[in-house]
Amino acid sequence: MAYNRPVTVTVLLFASIAEAAGARRIEIASAPGETVADVRERLLTERPALRRFIPTLMYALNEEYVRDDAVVPDGATLALIPPVSGG
Amino acid sequence: MLIKVTTDELRPEEAIAAVASPAAGAIDLFLGVVRDNNLGRRVGYLVYEAYPSMAEKVMAEIAEEAKATFGLEECAVLHRTGRLEIGETSLLIAISSGHRASAFDGGRWLVDTIKKKVPVWKKEVWEDGEAWIEGPESMGMQQAPAGLRG
Repeated sequence: MAYNRPVTVTVLLFASIAEAAGARRIEIASAPGETVADVRERLLTERPALRRFIPTLMYALNEEYVRDDAVVPDGATLALIPPVSGG
Repeated sequence: MLIKVTTDELRPEEAIAAVASPAAGAIDLFLGVVRDNNLGRRVGYLVYEAYPSMAEKVMAEIAEEAKATFGLEECAVLHRTGRLEIGETSLLIAISSGHRASAFDGGRWLVDTIKKKVPVWKKEVWEDGEAWIEGPESMGMQQAPAGLRG
């Protein structure tokens, strides 16, 4: 069943967190039913230096703002959004 | 509706033309421009970065909401990215409306909301360093208005 297949998530990074990571796009393998917070923990396991950005991050799944308890569908794009400063 | 994130120079005529309407008695135009100082520091230039596809989507949603809330005829919202020099336009908004009051009120709300929600970031570059600005106006730095913080 599909339930046992890994879920691939594309994580997008911008601005300060992208510079700190030295990457703008990271593929993460997660499991079905995992939330944004779960995927974030997987990312931090790989890149613990990014933890300092977490308190002010917002999240977007497939270009819609979500809370970190939103479930991440397979193939989703999860954007980590630092406090915005456009205008 | 003209909604665009672009590295090209922003031209007010383009935005004004995009909101022209026979029902409009007022067109409100707002230009956000690059200032040579911030919080007491001399700024050399700014670098803007966006999540372009989402930024355009959020800008369109905000513009639709402004039209519905303030009874506007049309809106144009353009944001420039890349390196911008002092005096260049980073944000260009035009609004047409039947009367001036809704054009001013809608324009003010539109600019304020764009600065809170649209995924665009600016980096200040000084003579002796640089830093990403984590906007105090961002909803990410405020009490979660739409419960979007985890």
